[in-house]
Amino acid sequence: MTALQHVRLGTYYVMPMATSDDFEEWRDHARRLLMADVPPDRVAWTEPGGSAGDLFSHGDRRLPVPDRDAPQPRVSKRFMDIAKTVLLNSDLERFSLLYRVLWRLQAKPRLIEDMADPDVRAMADMARAVRRDIHKMRAFVRFRVVEEEAEDGSRGEHYVAWFEPFHHILRHNAGFFTRRFANMRWSILTPRGSLHWDGETLREGPPATRADAPGGDPAEDLWRSYYASIFNPARLKVGAMLKEMPRKYWKNIPEAQLIPELIAGAQAREATMVEKGALDMGERPETLDAINKAIHACARCPIGELHNTAVMGEGPQDAVFMIVGEQPGDQEDLQGRPFVGPAGQLLDVHLAQAGIDRSAAYVTNAVKHFKHAQRGKRRLHQSPTAKEIDMCRWWVESERMIVQPKLVLAMGASAARGMLGRTVSITKARGAPIPLEDGSELWVTAHPSYLLRLDGAGREEQERLFREDLAAVAARLAQLQAA
Amino acid sequence: MAHKSTLDRLRILADAAKYDASCASSGTSKRDSRGGKGIGSTEGMGICHAYAPDGRCISLLKLLLTNHCVFDCHYCVNRKSSNVERAKFTPQEVADLTLAFYKRNYIEGLFLSSGIIRSSDHTMEMLVETARILREEHDFRGYIHLKTIPEADPEIVHCAGLYADRVSINVELPTDAGLTRLAPDKNAGQIDNAMAGMKSAIVEAKDAKKRFRHAPKFAPAGQSTQMIVGADAASDADIVTRASSLYTRHRLRRVYYSAFSPIPDASAVLPLKRPPLIREHRLYQSDWLMRFYGFAPHEVAQAAGADGMLPLDIDPKLAWALKFRESFPVDVNRAPKETLLRVPGLGTRAVGQILMARRHRRLRLDDVAKLTVSVKKVQPFIVTADWRPVLLTDRADLKALIAPKAEQLELFAA
Repeated sequence: MTALQHVRLGTYYVMPMATSDDFEEWRDHARRLLMADVPPDRVAWTEPGGSAGDLFSHGDRRLPVPDRDAPQPRVSKRFMDIAKTVLLNSDLERFSLLYRVLWRLQAKPRLIEDMADPDVRAMADMARAVRRDIHKMRAFVRFRVVEEEAEDGSRGEHYVAWFEPFHHILRHNAGFFTRRFANMRWSILTPRGSLHWDGETLREGPPATRADAPGGDPAEDLWRSYYASIFNPARLKVGAMLKEMPRKYWKNIPEAQLIPELIAGAQAREATMVEKGALDMGERPETLDAINKAIHACARCPIGELHNTAVMGEGPQDAVFMIVGEQPGDQEDLQGRPFVGPAGQLLDVHLAQAGIDRSAAYVTNAVKHFKHAQRGKRRLHQSPTAKEIDMCRWWVESERMIVQPKLVLAMGASAARGMLGRTVSITKARGAPIPLEDGSELWVTAHPSYLLRLDGAGREEQERLFREDLAAVAARLAQLQAA
Repeated sequence: MAHKSTLDRLRILADAAKYDASCASSGTSKRDSRGGKGIGSTEGMGICHAYAPDGRCISLLKLLLTNHCVFDCHYCVNRKSSNVERAKFTPQEVADLTLAFYKRNYIEGLFLSSGIIRSSDHTMEMLVETARILREEHDFRGYIHLKTIPEADPEIVHCAGLYADRVSINVELPTDAGLTRLAPDKNAGQIDNAMAGMKSAIVEAKDAKKRFRHAPKFAPAGQSTQMIVGADAASDADIVTRASSLYTRHRLRRVYYSAFSPIPDASAVLPLKRPPLIREHRLYQSDWLMRFYGFAPHEVAQAAGADGMLPLDIDPKLAWALKFRESFPVDVNRAPKETLLRVPGLGTRAVGQILMARRHRRLRLDDVAKLTVSVKKVQPFIVTADWRPVLLTDRADLKALIAPKAEQLELFAA
């Protein structure tokens, strides 16, 4: 019969598919139909258990008889590759779509390359949905472990998963799971059928229900905890998540139940992070006056909240030389000026000896407030923590940007950290300049209050080193000023 | 101090690891667990087993071995002077956790990094030991990504490449000045040397593999790096230039960008204004332009403004097209592939489909619409059998016509 005869005689063929995902079966039917010259609109395909609908209720259930001299149909590999995937789609139209394209390909062999054609496009879309489902199954299957006695009597772990695929992909994915978990006993249960692997052979089983699968696994608590921790609440992008992990998959993913609370808590968590975290120090102050005002109001670290007053640096705004100490002491705090207490007096003696004019230098501290502990009537000095120094670095750095000294002398480890942002050893760092990023140089020495705490031979030795450092700085200053 | 439970430590060390952007598990050699004693397979394409509400894929168990650290990098939540809660795992514990997760199909493998404890060498040894336990004792054939420490002994670092699929060394910041300032314990030269060393080891191993079938594999998924965006003064043009030099000089597989994100207990050394997340996205887009669309680094830089910053409101490809309007419109029925790839709104897939489809028909605007996501965006830049933009390409307000509309302020929101 020719195509025309089929139409004239009003013959319809109902093609009942015995399986949902067997490409060979569809191909045999399609080849037969094609060789019998049956046009696509004369064929109704049915799924296992389905019907062809009213239109085809009187259809001929016998297979068409191919013309004896009909040539074997030929088709490109590209079509076959896509068709194999399309066939796994659960869309009832897939059989007829594939047959229609196959039919059209006989007249136009390269039709499959024309992505602007609606049929070719529909095939591509169906194939894509299947590939996605295949991929998502590999991603979202979650095994739960059960202790079980094997047939040989030995006890062992059996990994069981419940999954609900949207397309006929279970059998297709069997290879992936056997390759990945070759040495595990596992089962994947789905409403469309099940797979069982014992480490050697793969067995197919009947459809299952959720109740057949284990209800939980202690490792899921660890996994959920991991899921909640790896998520960064500062970058909430729910749309991006939903695109890749649509809600329809959530019910079988243990960690997905956390999503609503994670999203709800994210903004609060981010706010806390910001509050505890990077402080908004605002615009950098542009004058020393502005810094002075700002540090008096600063309570960004606990020192600022103690009973004390901020102490601003002092000296010419165009000083070539800047001296940085640790923090104001008791006297400095009371007088509101840097280096006026015992350590300051010792410093003055040494500066004079080295021939350095203190009044020409800008003198300041790495930390602006006096950190202390109250002991009766006395306020005992306490060292600032690295974090406190780092926080205050904003201010001393602003001072440095305004004064722009050519040489900075940091006295003590805290001052050095305030300049460099890292802790250095005074012993290793002293005696040689450290270049700063604005082209100026940093010299490091001990803090004079350290000298005050020593006595005897130790004091003598440290005073000698301190003198040497200041002498070296004085010599370098002379060089810089001459240049 | 009370001993922390596994759950607590997992929480702390995963939390500490989330600032590493990479979660790739693709592009390594193909293998599976058949014929072995353990589990695991890698089949080319990576699998994202879950997505977090931040839109990021969760493919690997991303952990720090410990978040104790002797370094004091200011942008880092784990730096020495930070007050975060500390914890540590032993290599054995991480290996066990990896296997437990892998067997339940939660992950593709492990991405292990660490704070520096005791010394760089010691830390690197611990990282390598974890990978060794997985590979040798458990015959684990899944994916392993090890962060390597540039300060560590090159021989130990080399061992990492023997066990891991991918190794990475973070350049941390796009400029050397930024590194000196924000990561005072790190050294740009050392990082560069370590990457160069890694590259030659990877190239050598590939070469040996061609000649000897049993030559050991070395980091078959190559090396990658990460830089923080918005923590220093580097412009987008600087970043793109740096990235491209990393791609060519060290043959990196990927450069990851991480928009500086507020971290708990941050340092105030540099009060940081948080860069918009979209900036990171624009950088990834420009990265794509260089890797898949045939853009040279200087061309991406051309898309940036005078300040070297890419526009945030439109993507870099559109920005480039608006600047070089003389290159448009492009005839979709005739133009070569490289020219089509320059059209805003046409992705690599659409271009492939256009090239195929036009062998069969003269493409009309309708046809192009079927092959692209938004024909409206493409329209001003193309010529089809039935469409020519006439003056559209020259209109001064073209950007306003095609740029995505800014969201209206919620004036009447409750």
